[in-house]
Amino acid sequence: MLDDFFTRALVAGIGIALMAGPLGCLIVWRRMAYFGDTMAHSALLGVALAFLLEIDLTLGVFAVAALVAIVLVLLQRRDALSTDSLLGILSHSTLALGLVAIAFMTWVRVDLMGLLFGDILAVSKADLVLVYAGGAAVLAVIAWLWRPLLAATVSPELAEAEGLRPERSRIAFMLLMAAVVAIAMKIVGVLLITALLIVPAATARRFAATPEIMAVLASAIGGASVVAGLLGSFRFDTPSGPSIVVAALAIFLIALVPRPGRAAAR
Amino acid sequence: MSADPRQDALTLVTLKGVGVHRSGRWIVRGVDLVLRKGEVVTLIGPNGSGKSTTAKVATGVLRPDEGSVQRTAGLTLGYVPQRLAIDRTLPLTVARLMTLTGQRPASDIDDALDSAGVAHLRTAEVQTLSGGEFQRVLLARALARKPDLLVLDEPLQGVDFQGETQLYDLIRGVRDRTGCGVLLISHDLHVVMAGTDTVICLNGHVCCSGTPEAVASSPEYLDLFGARAARSLAIYRHHHDHTHLPDGRVRHADGSITDHCHADDGHHTPPSTEGRHDHDHGHDHAHDDGHSRHATGGNG
Repeated sequence: MLDDFFTRALVAGIGIALMAGPLGCLIVWRRMAYFGDTMAHSALLGVALAFLLEIDLTLGVFAVAALVAIVLVLLQRRDALSTDSLLGILSHSTLALGLVAIAFMTWVRVDLMGLLFGDILAVSKADLVLVYAGGAAVLAVIAWLWRPLLAATVSPELAEAEGLRPERSRIAFMLLMAAVVAIAMKIVGVLLITALLIVPAATARRFAATPEIMAVLASAIGGASVVAGLLGSFRFDTPSGPSIVVAALAIFLIALVPRPGRAAAR
Repeated sequence: MSADPRQDALTLVTLKGVGVHRSGRWIVRGVDLVLRKGEVVTLIGPNGSGKSTTAKVATGVLRPDEGSVQRTAGLTLGYVPQRLAIDRTLPLTVARLMTLTGQRPASDIDDALDSAGVAHLRTAEVQTLSGGEFQRVLLARALARKPDLLVLDEPLQGVDFQGETQLYDLIRGVRDRTGCGVLLISHDLHVVMAGTDTVICLNGHVCCSGTPEAVASSPEYLDLFGARAARSLAIYRHHHDHTHLPDGRVRHADGSITDHCHADDGHHTPPSTEGRHDHDHGHDHAHDDGHSRHATGGNG
């Protein structure tokens, strides 16, 4: 069954959606969407680095994304520029650096479109192992750190005073985001990873009464977006990343329609 | 000054000569502080005077660079932060907030919500609460932990004058009922909760400490706060001619209950020179600006 490229893409995409759900909720609650975007954009630089050093692609992307997160946190502490400007600088300069570096390496053939927008043809059996092993690890860490992550989202001081060590969960959170960027890059493409994190979470908000329900719903909605998007991508021969995001957007818009018998959404 | 170094079974936390050094300067230095069961300690001081830093050392979040900290083993801490901004996308009900930092038995949660007067808000989303309601919920959350020590970091920011006195009454009630220790960082230099046992006035060091009356009349306090100190240290100790019920209605001194609170609705005592509140205290008081806060131990 997994010999079929489309089935492989589908299975991989659902795995990514599952781990993107809870993490996407945390990103939305913490208002870190642009932060996630910046890490995702740096992935291309990671690709270039991986080719240059001849290391594993996923490892290179993870390392660069994590490095960008650390640099950002350090720069934020200096207070010289607003976070907004810092994110803008890092986001686009890492993307540009990655593109230039890859263009310089004339000896490697890179499917740039595939990297930027995702390519369902590119998913190998090894990638499936990576998605599910990595995804299981990501979900396990989120489950393990859920209470401190959520408490620090509400109030870092409160979490700190009552002994939950918010700084540790903040670092873990950034590493998790780097891991998701590295794992999701092939299917969704670096430009659109943040959308897969945020759009299902935003859709889930209207139907969720607790943070936990919202996290599970976001995974489910993300999975549905992946299935619908990949079917569309296959049918209309469109790149997989944008197709998935368009499907996620469609579900978001459908969810906005007021349901009869309920008060209008706030 | 009056910080008593005696160690006994009632002592929760003792700070001796504590200093915290950051980026080339001392944020605070030479702080002595004793927190005991059933006692309220209030920290006051200007911005940047090291109030929060001192509180963080007391709670164990920060390690001091000099001095010593002794904390009773297994101390349970309840923390009430300043007003928080929680993103609207986070679906958080009052009930879920109660277990934010740890599971609690349902009965503890019910008791805490009841005693803070917010049991009717259990299923409300926290973003929809008013400032006063939210502070009560945060207090209830801390109480549900059954803390030995309640730490309140400027808990009254964004709460109006009416809400302030109610919250202070509530905090004092908790202390009286549970016998926990209370460390309160005050947002206002000139107002200290009635029932405070010790006021510590910080300005990078302990500039004076003692009972509220003693601090208000100390030359260090007057020096630090200059002209405004003429108004001196005020203490909440007054009663109202009406009570706001949790459901928004108002109970008046004559026992009647109305939906709203109007000065001219005939339920209130005639306005005095102090405005709407009756005050009750045995000290001389001075006014320099016509506001209704009373000074004790001032030179009026």
